[in-house]
Amino acid sequence: MQRIAIVDTGLCNVDSMWRAVDDCGAKSVVTDDPTDLALVDKIVLPGVGAFADAMDALDDSGMAEAIVENVRDHEVPVLGVCLGMQLLATQGSEVRDTAGLGLIDAEVKRLVSNTANSTGRAQERIPHVGWNEVHPRATSPLLSGIPDATDFYFVHSFHMQCVDERDVVATTPYCGEFASIVARGHVFGTQFHPEKSQAMGRRLLRNFVDL
Amino acid sequence: MLKLRVIPTILSKGFTLVKGERFDGARAVGSPMQAVQVYNLRDVDELCFFDIAATSEGRGPDLALIDELADKCQMPLTVGGGVHSVDDVRALLAVGADKVAVGSGQFDNPSLVRSASERFGAQCVVAVIDVWRGGNADGVPTVWSHNATRDTGFDPVEWATDVAAMGAGEIVLQSVDHDGMMDGYDLAVLAAVTSAVDVPVIASGGAGTFEHMVDAVRIGGASAVAAAAMFHFTQHTPAEARRHLAAAGIATRS
Repeated sequence: MQRIAIVDTGLCNVDSMWRAVDDCGAKSVVTDDPTDLALVDKIVLPGVGAFADAMDALDDSGMAEAIVENVRDHEVPVLGVCLGMQLLATQGSEVRDTAGLGLIDAEVKRLVSNTANSTGRAQERIPHVGWNEVHPRATSPLLSGIPDATDFYFVHSFHMQCVDERDVVATTPYCGEFASIVARGHVFGTQFHPEKSQAMGRRLLRNFVDL
Repeated sequence: MLKLRVIPTILSKGFTLVKGERFDGARAVGSPMQAVQVYNLRDVDELCFFDIAATSEGRGPDLALIDELADKCQMPLTVGGGVHSVDDVRALLAVGADKVAVGSGQFDNPSLVRSASERFGAQCVVAVIDVWRGGNADGVPTVWSHNATRDTGFDPVEWATDVAAMGAGEIVLQSVDHDGMMDGYDLAVLAAVTSAVDVPVIASGGAGTFEHMVDAVRIGGASAVAAAAMFHFTQHTPAEARRHLAAAGIATRS
């Protein structure tokens, strides 16, 4: 049985992630103890919250260093979800510019609505909240058994801008188009919440557990 | 493209699921857990759970109950009722709420939305705005708090603009006049608010037919439509609502 660490930043809903991973047949532990990461097969970095506060929490607990060490040096697969995906980037700009984990060469930027109606008001509201399509650009084990353009649940105001376009596995049409799944080697991120995306979300998490 | 969300609202008073009319005379109709399980099976887009007795009973959110409900939710869950501090928000997120709704709490603690938004991100802070025309002799809609017992005097558009600027990532716009009446949303207030703010607005209070939902989107500019009585007491289901909206040319989850 796969052992999965779900990283607790103290700022977000880890309960539903724990439940979802448990449903996928893995043994998971919710932890803020960096030494736990050496004992698991995979890491899930969930996320709600603001980038700077979450990075501070990861730095203070020693988690940031432990994640990078285990993922980079010991090749432990990691899945970042929503803010967790953004934390994988080199830099974030929510509230203030903050260095991220640097596991994906990318910056995190605010979504900018690019359509306006006749009154000049944005038609694409921000935050981007709700179910939207995920269009694959490349094949990925994460998307096994998931049809193209499946709707997943999003709730975010920021998005990841990859330096290397090859890291973008899937995109979602909103504010132009943004990266909704990224991957580099064994580092994965989804901007949407698979743990809140009903059956297809469960399928994606199972794909990660089964890697 | 982003889909229009259809959101069942669960109104709870302690351990009981209730139906109200114009924020008054709530009667018991079942258990919240039952409702959550049914909606989970029905694959709904999202759920709102409002504990309408918390503020009037002077207590905070029922964390044990929310913890249980959230464990069963494979879809996003917004929780409101009795949220008066950043600690309340933190505690609700910790037991499994995805978004926390702030209503009366913002009037008692004017820094609440801003502090919660800075700490946890705008995406999980939802402002609930209760609008009542009938409470004013001249029928002018104003924002009411504490279960529509206090007139704050705020104009709905002014208040919506304020809470969005403070960092609310979403607004639930509730009509007290239409609450539980199933006679349609307050489209005029809805349209005024959606054209004044950039954040998504959830229409709430008054849904009785699928056409009401189409109107909330077409005329009101809503990003999501919530309904309580319509789903709990008629044969209508959220899936049928999504199909009806899709047939009217509004993208929904299939």
